[in-house]
Amino acid sequence: MNAGTKFAIGATLIVGSVGYLMASGVKKTGQYFLTPSELSQKVAVDPSFYDVGMKVGARVVPGSVTRDVATQTLRFQVTDGSAHYPVVYRGLPPDTFTDSVEVVVEGRLQKDGVIYATTVLAKCGSRYEAVPKA
Amino acid sequence: MTVLGSLCLWLALLVGVWGALAGLVGGLKGRRDLQRSAQHAVFAMCAALLVAVFSLEWALFKHDFNVEYVAAYTSQNLPIFYLWSALYAGQKGSLLFWATVLSVFGSLALLFTAPRHRELSPYVAGVVCAVTAFFVSVMLLGQANPFERLPFTPLDGNGLNPQLQNPGMVFHPPMLYLGYISITIPFAFAIAALLSKKLDADWLVAIRKWTLLSWLFLSVGICLGMWWAYVELGWGGYWAWDPVENASLLPWLTMTAFLHSVMIQEKRGMLKKWNLALIIGSWLLSIFGTFITRSGVISSVHSFTQSNVGYFFLFFLIAAAVASFALYATRLPLLAAEAKLESMVSREATFLFNNLLFIGIAFSVLWGTLFPILSELVQGTKVTVGPPFFNQVNIPLGLALLALTGIGPLVAWRRASIPNLRRQFAVPATAGTFTWLVLLVAGMRDFYALMAIGLGAFVAATVVQEFARGVRARHRQYREGYALALGRLLAGNRRRYGGYIVHTGILILFIAFAGMAFKTEMEATLKPGESASLRSPYGWTYSFTHLGISQYDALNRQVTAATVEVSRNGKKVGILTTEKRQHVDGFGRPTFQPSTEVGIMSDLREDLYGVLAGVVGGTEQAVFRFTINPLVWWVWYGGMVVALGGLIVMWPGGSPAVKRSQAGYAVRLVGEAK
Repeated sequence: MNAGTKFAIGATLIVGSVGYLMASGVKKTGQYFLTPSELSQKVAVDPSFYDVGMKVGARVVPGSVTRDVATQTLRFQVTDGSAHYPVVYRGLPPDTFTDSVEVVVEGRLQKDGVIYATTVLAKCGSRYEAVPKA
Repeated sequence: MTVLGSLCLWLALLVGVWGALAGLVGGLKGRRDLQRSAQHAVFAMCAALLVAVFSLEWALFKHDFNVEYVAAYTSQNLPIFYLWSALYAGQKGSLLFWATVLSVFGSLALLFTAPRHRELSPYVAGVVCAVTAFFVSVMLLGQANPFERLPFTPLDGNGLNPQLQNPGMVFHPPMLYLGYISITIPFAFAIAALLSKKLDADWLVAIRKWTLLSWLFLSVGICLGMWWAYVELGWGGYWAWDPVENASLLPWLTMTAFLHSVMIQEKRGMLKKWNLALIIGSWLLSIFGTFITRSGVISSVHSFTQSNVGYFFLFFLIAAAVASFALYATRLPLLAAEAKLESMVSREATFLFNNLLFIGIAFSVLWGTLFPILSELVQGTKVTVGPPFFNQVNIPLGLALLALTGIGPLVAWRRASIPNLRRQFAVPATAGTFTWLVLLVAGMRDFYALMAIGLGAFVAATVVQEFARGVRARHRQYREGYALALGRLLAGNRRRYGGYIVHTGILILFIAFAGMAFKTEMEATLKPGESASLRSPYGWTYSFTHLGISQYDALNRQVTAATVEVSRNGKKVGILTTEKRQHVDGFGRPTFQPSTEVGIMSDLREDLYGVLAGVVGGTEQAVFRFTINPLVWWVWYGGMVVALGGLIVMWPGGSPAVKRSQAGYAVRLVGEAK
């Protein structure tokens, strides 16, 4: 066997393991990224969709945020204009979190219709772009 | 001044388009006058853009809030230190910064590098003109002109986002931009080589240092970005596999691959196609990164707001990719290899595997970043992958790469013999195994951390062995003292020994990353006088005692600060202060959301990281998050060592002619030894 063939075998092994790691990685860690209306459709069609880890991208409903600093619990509503979901999150929200900001909520929707979030990310154009003055 | 600025932008656009055409036609037809004109176009464009930057800075410093950009990113009470950096704080200004820096790099390349490569220079000028003109056209035609005026003049500006008011943020974006931008120069030389069909080793010599420069800027930029994220964002880590972070990592990976594989082409005349593809790919990835950050296509916490600028970049990206690879395909017959791989146990083979791993990592990062879009196209639903995906794929690949970092320099070119391997591997392999056993006995059970530190020790031993052998040889041959011998060794072969120093920095980084496997964290609500305790991975117990809250006004912000006393195993070690800041404008009205200032106490072993999450209304009871992050300091230290090694490799000296003959000579020597 010449060096070229041996190298080809080694290369196939590397490419194969990269492919395998990627495929299994997606399988193990992939999460649906849904808007509230997509979520409500999913749940309507497939009731087993409760208690599945996912991400929901939506806007916080202005005025819906209540914070309880002592128990570090944050409650708010998210919407994409048509569907609404209440969210409960225990933990520290990011600095950029306010009402009316765009958020990505990671968590599970339970049978009571509430999303129990494990992380809340505030997607915020103002990271670089200043907030337009109200 | 804004009229002057706009005028300069139009001028730069026209000159750029002319330069691109003149360079291409002049090069193809061999017309000297057009070739000279293309070069002059680069200089003219550079001058026009510098004037434009000056006009924008003028408006920023004069607080001319009638200019929309000035009103959007600065305010009367913004510290001067951050005033000039507002130049690249927003989309429009950063586009101007991009174009200007590219024209400066282009001019430098034409002045210092191109004269030695006459046939390439008109094309280089043409490519630089075309790319710069594209960026200027985005500003002028994509509604991103930084000189636009408002119909009215606000009394004060919006101010700069508080998270950008951090010293790291003044240096991190320009460093990253410099890295992204300077890849255009090697790309321009690659395209020039393809167009002129001068595909010998000549163009490689021309671009090696430029690629290295760009790699160095990117490395420093990425490290500064990690540092900024760590001290400013307050989530307790420095890397989150965010799309924007990934976008900066991608060209870094492909360029690192190139810097290794280019050695094979220089020494053995192999991998010509591969190297060209890597350079073109790196450049496309840098444009892709710019596209990702500016288009809002992929949701990231970092992106600029969504804008139609994204379409310009997407179009440019596709057009440039098609054009470059079409040109590349027509020249493939000219790129045949001069030698073949002779043995699997050779330096060449380790470099090939190293390249495959780099590209594998780059591909998986690209895949993971684009996965939401790809899955939506295929399945109709967006599926995202997060840090677990990237960690699961890249930790094993990264460790394999770390192993190769040690193996590569130990294996001979062409074909290594068994006695040679035994001589080379004895000490490093022993050192690695020994370290591994010690950690195992000491009770460390995390598989990846064990691998990272064990392999790190192996790589460190290879570096020490290489230096020790070089120094001892000089000591014996020239009777130099050990210190002098070390200095001369480094100076005499900067590329090799500088490279080893970069390897040292990388292994330090790997060990520091492994430290994060032992991160511990807790949240606590404390009244003054109460304390919370947290066990460190080193076995001792830290207790955090909340001393109290103080409130005061500073230059452009109202500060709520919490003071925490820290003790280790009952002995006081220091005070942590963490703040909530509410930035205000000149009239005392709040601007932006409150931001958090992290309190960090570091030593070589671990960082104590405290965040004030909030204060219970009206009382001094506060909510904290405390994190113990082991070995974080070594991330910054490793980054500095990488930069130092890069600088040593880059340091000018020795004429290119000498270097070329050395490269050829090396091959002959190796050949004769067989």
